[in-house]
Amino acid sequence: MLEDKDRIFTNLYGFGDWSLKGARARGAWDNTKGLIEKGKDWIINEMKASGLRGRGGAGFPTGLKWSFMPKADPTRPSYLVVNADESEPGTCKDREIMRNDPHLLIEGCLIASFAMEAHACYIYIRGEYIFERERLEAAIAQAYEAKLVGKDNIHGWPFDIYVHHGAGAYICGEETALLESLEGKKGMPRMKPPFPANMGLYGCPTTVNNVESIAVAPTILRRGAAWFSGFGAKNNAGTKLFCISGHVNKRCNVEEAMSIPFRELIDRHCGGIRGGWDNLLAVIPGGSSVPCVPAHEIIDAPMDFDTLRGLKSGLGTAAVIVMDKSTDIVRAIARLSHFYKHESCGQCTPCREGTGWLWRVMMRMAEGRAQKREIDMLLDVTTRIEGHTICALGDAAAWPVQGLIRHFRSEIEKRIDEYAANPHSEPVGDFGVAAE
Amino acid sequence: MSKLIVDGIEIDVPPEYTLLQACETAGAEIPRFCFHERLSIAGNCRMCLVEVKGGPPKPAASCAMAVRDLRPGPNGEPPEVFTKSPMVKKAREGVMEFLLVNHPLDCPICDQGGECDLQDQAMAFGVDSSRYIENKRAVEDKYIGALVRTSMNRCIHCTRCVRFTAEVAGTSDMGAIGRGEDMEITTYLETAMTSELQGNVADLCPVGALLPKPYAFKARAWELSKTEAIDIMDALGSAIRIDTRGREVMRILPRLNDAVNEEWISDKARQIVDGLKVRRLDRPYIRKDGKLVAATWQEAFAVIAEKVKMTTADRIGAVAGDLASLEDLFALQSLMRQIGTINLDARQDGVKLDPKFGRASYLFNPSIEGIDEADALMIVGSNPRKEAPVFNARIRKRWLKGNFPIGLIGEKADLTYPYECLGAGPETLASFLGLPSAKKEKPVLLVGQGALARPDGEAVLGLAIKVAVALGVIKDGWNGFGILHTAASRVGALDLGFVPGQKDGVKGLDTQAMTKVGALDVLFNLGADEITIEPGAFVVYQGTHGDRGASRADVILPGATYTEKSGLYVNTEGRVQLSDRANFPPGEAREDWAILRALSDVLGTRLPFDSLAGLRGALYAAHPHLAEIDGIAVIDPIDPSRFGGLGEPDGKIPFVSPVVDFYATNPIARASAVMAECSALAQGLARQAAE
Amino acid sequence: MSNRRLAEIQPDSFAFTPANEEICKQLIAKYPEGRQASAVISLLWQAQKQHDYWLPKPAIEKIADMLNMPYIRVLEVATFYTMFNLEPVGRFYIQFCGTTPCLIAGADEIKAVLEKRVGPEATVTSDGLFSWREVECLGACCNAPMVQINDDYYEDLTPENFNQLLDDLAAGRPVRVGSQTGRVSSEPMGGLSALTSLYGTDGLSGPQSVKPAQK
Ligand SMILES: Cc1cc2nc3c(=O)[nH]c(=O)nc-3n(C[C@H](O)[C@H](O)[C@H](O)COP(=O)(O)O)c2cc1C
Ligand code: SF4
Ligand code: FES
Repeated sequence: MLEDKDRIFTNLYGFGDWSLKGARARGAWDNTKGLIEKGKDWIINEMKASGLRGRGGAGFPTGLKWSFMPKADPTRPSYLVVNADESEPGTCKDREIMRNDPHLLIEGCLIASFAMEAHACYIYIRGEYIFERERLEAAIAQAYEAKLVGKDNIHGWPFDIYVHHGAGAYICGEETALLESLEGKKGMPRMKPPFPANMGLYGCPTTVNNVESIAVAPTILRRGAAWFSGFGAKNNAGTKLFCISGHVNKRCNVEEAMSIPFRELIDRHCGGIRGGWDNLLAVIPGGSSVPCVPAHEIIDAPMDFDTLRGLKSGLGTAAVIVMDKSTDIVRAIARLSHFYKHESCGQCTPCREGTGWLWRVMMRMAEGRAQKREIDMLLDVTTRIEGHTICALGDAAAWPVQGLIRHFRSEIEKRIDEYAANPHSEPVGDFGVAAE
Repeated sequence: MSKLIVDGIEIDVPPEYTLLQACETAGAEIPRFCFHERLSIAGNCRMCLVEVKGGPPKPAASCAMAVRDLRPGPNGEPPEVFTKSPMVKKAREGVMEFLLVNHPLDCPICDQGGECDLQDQAMAFGVDSSRYIENKRAVEDKYIGALVRTSMNRCIHCTRCVRFTAEVAGTSDMGAIGRGEDMEITTYLETAMTSELQGNVADLCPVGALLPKPYAFKARAWELSKTEAIDIMDALGSAIRIDTRGREVMRILPRLNDAVNEEWISDKARQIVDGLKVRRLDRPYIRKDGKLVAATWQEAFAVIAEKVKMTTADRIGAVAGDLASLEDLFALQSLMRQIGTINLDARQDGVKLDPKFGRASYLFNPSIEGIDEADALMIVGSNPRKEAPVFNARIRKRWLKGNFPIGLIGEKADLTYPYECLGAGPETLASFLGLPSAKKEKPVLLVGQGALARPDGEAVLGLAIKVAVALGVIKDGWNGFGILHTAASRVGALDLGFVPGQKDGVKGLDTQAMTKVGALDVLFNLGADEITIEPGAFVVYQGTHGDRGASRADVILPGATYTEKSGLYVNTEGRVQLSDRANFPPGEAREDWAILRALSDVLGTRLPFDSLAGLRGALYAAHPHLAEIDGIAVIDPIDPSRFGGLGEPDGKIPFVSPVVDFYATNPIARASAVMAECSALAQGLARQAAE
Repeated sequence: MSNRRLAEIQPDSFAFTPANEEICKQLIAKYPEGRQASAVISLLWQAQKQHDYWLPKPAIEKIADMLNMPYIRVLEVATFYTMFNLEPVGRFYIQFCGTTPCLIAGADEIKAVLEKRVGPEATVTSDGLFSWREVECLGACCNAPMVQINDDYYEDLTPENFNQLLDDLAAGRPVRVGSQTGRVSSEPMGGLSALTSLYGTDGLSGPQSVKPAQK
């Protein structure tokens, strides 16, 4: 198990002092100037060597991403944009960083911006996180006050940091939708290429990183890439915040070593599965967008990118949604289909039309009001959304349904049989007038 | 150039080509809805998906991906694209199915039927049955103005309309509110669109969601005969297609002409259709005891002949209006020459342009297309948005590309692009004389009728030429001096020399002089409806509509509108274009040249041609450059020395655009109820509630 | 989400208070020259806060004018982002999270309380105190089920403590924001399993502990 001395987020729960004073006592802002003086190449190489993979869901190597930024150009300033939209169902880790240890993030912003020659950074925080935003703004004010950031700061890299907020749209977590939103438009994802590193915010080179990805950077650099890469399996390095929700005895966020076996994670921090391990039905291991994994496959699986991909799921944001045998899993997944239908931005056809279709069929299936042949039809519809859209929301809508059918087809069939055995009168159609 | 292989065919295309263009170059057909050459790329319909070898294992939107973004194979093989693979077929079928799940199956009652992209592509790429058994979405229809009717259930959210109004029209009238499957296309709280180009959204809409309102349920696409014609609502000469059923004009659509209108037309060009049919002069009239009474052609001609015979040539004159074709003008000019008068004018607005200064002095020399390459623009005395909306969109397009400073001397107005207002009148223009030449390669000085149709217009013209030379607008290899006309007939008339003549040292009268009390005994008025003819003269009005000119007439000779005759028009840049006849004039009305030819017989001054071909032969013989259809003849470059001694303009009087009400600039437009509604809307007077 | 329209009854005008006007200026100043449209969400939010938590039409137009944006672009934004209330809401506007992590943690029971006490979704109680809406994941899943009431999160809800919370709000009594079962944030209930060397198992006895921040 990860020891406290190796934990990066030492005020994860807010028992300590969130402010600059407390953060400094925990080691933040310690010799930041020294890190900066080692130069951008050193920073990027160290980040690459650490094996850190993006914590926002896609798991793209962070150091590599930073290295894609072009050389600074006075006509097109570079930007760092921090993705604090945290809207993936099940995920609630960035929130704790921002309200309890905001200085780790701010310091990370400075260092990452320096490494990418950006003089300005925007943190895009979801609109609902009002307290977290105010806390973050207060911490930034402290950092300005202490001249840790600002045009003329003690680190010698002129740097401004701004907090920007959204107003309720999951899609704004997608990096290009986030940039659109930051530019004052609807959060509609852009096509790639061009990638943000070439044409990002205001058409300028931009890197978008998750809060956690940025907040761990200063500690990695202080303690060394080797220290960080010492945790977790090969290619899955480091420590990671896990958000465990659902049917465990104690739901919690916790920082653990990557690749910790699922059983160990739950037993150590969550007091086990509600009703015991035999009561475990399935787990969504990486936020709502990844397919669920049935109990027997996950119980001893190391929680990391590669293993979970091998289980046809993913680590995603490491938001672990645990479901015990009392769960109506068809309804649980149908509710996710509602989520994607509700959060689709509506620009591309398969997602706009397909998410509503999935949801409607899923709702009927949750009641049993369907035909068995519709299961394959539904599966086929998911494959026509997946991979056919501008952004990955289409995939994210498809995967939970695919996971359900893969592992719980019999459950759906049972529902249908029960419904057929116990005939109901047809519900009165609303002729589609009420869209829902 | 980049090599790539499309469906096994190797091609070489510019690297900035999209895959869609590249595939088409290779002869592959790529279905699409959202993509449109003249709009930004949205990539949202997902219909154009293709398979790219070596890319991610999912299809790529070919409209949005550039050839240069493709990566070569591991051994440097050219990248490979497939448009017919199973992956592509599945993708297309899938997208088609999604498009149709919420699309009503109302093709039989949809006006778009027969020319609907969705219908066509569903036939080509869809499957024959539906797996969707849920209820279809219902979307409220929206009021978006007088010209476009909505049927929002049919919308496929391609956002072409939104992009058009934001990008081309520059009015940002439309948007998509809400999100996901509840996204709805609308104007701001269902207010009317404000663009003079709004009708184009109905053409752009690939389905029947946006349809021309005045044409609703009037005809089916396959019943219509199509005629290629030229618009005469402004001086741009936009290419149009007139669709008729039987004798009736049903609608007018743009045709493609990159050099002039790209593929847009103004709302006036499109929607005056109803104006072609009402208030028409369909038989001759003679004024008897102060009242106009119907007459036969013979009677009308006889009255005219009697009057002309009693009058000496110097007491006879002719004014031509804004809509006349070259043939009409040529016939009238020939007739007046035969009669022996030099009182001739086709500038009813009193503009001081004159062929004596050379052809280049009254053309838009940089050419319409030339705006695309221009690097600076100064507008003098014009509101291009009202005077030539399609041209204005071109200016805007150029501005959007960046590095295009625009200055304006004249009335401030919303031109859909930002500009610097430099001043109001000649004084400001003169202030540029002393300044060093603008360091621009292709600057344009656009001079509107508002600067020239005034008593000191000649002096303003002289000043403008001087400024143009000083600023480097006119120089070796580049003539950026351009007149923006508002009348379709004007350049042609100037080319013909349809201006007061000179005989024995006496100068003929111009429009203003001819219309003065008692100036003439007989005045021929060929469709000039924007002037007031003071009492005195016996007026022969030849025209199409019961407008101002007809009410001041003593004899009315009913003519043909532009859809009813084959005619040549010369646009503001000097391009000669031929417009075909789409239908016939109503009742007794006749083509104008033929009326004049018949009249000449009665007057005993027979014109030397008895067919349209004969007329054109004579016309080309007299003015060879007019035979060059679709060309712009460069005859004489501007010679600044010709502009000396024109006097000083009145520096303090501001320039005012001649177009006050865009929707009512000519008799056809004024007869149109649709235009009247637009006009009222534009003035914020009326707002018809949603249908 | 269904179709979002502006309220039928609208105030005639909207103006920011001088204090908010000042805030707006600062918000706009965060963005580079010519990019003031970036501030549109924050300005709309500022207007909504000032205007009883819903966004009237004159505010949309006012903000469009302030930012030099076409009205339709601002309307698009106001209707795209679901935190903008286009119609009046209760004084306590409850956003109830119904997404799966909350659902499987017992959100149904919380919704039942809302339906019983407050009534159907999106209707304001006759006393004007409450209205509610089901929203998607609010990002507090380790403290499910939960709701947001105006600016604040209320977590670890049970029908009992939620009823109590609504009673307290209605009566104007002080309430505890955050966990309703006494958790400080998202630490495991009943004793830490990590960071004990810093804070002890109770969070209060370690060398780094301070009195937990209220939230
Ligand atoms: C629909 C969708 C929603 C997303 N939401 C979030 C989010 O809320 N927070 C986040 O950090 N990344 C989110 N992402 C991932 C981002 O697009 C992007 O990959 C990430 O911010 C990159 O940061 P990282 O490299 O540090 O992980 C989302 C992606 C998609 C497709
Ligand atoms: S109304 Fe027509 S043009 Fe506009 S988005 Fe819908 S389908 Fe496209
Ligand atoms: S034409 Fe390519 S996505 Fe619509």
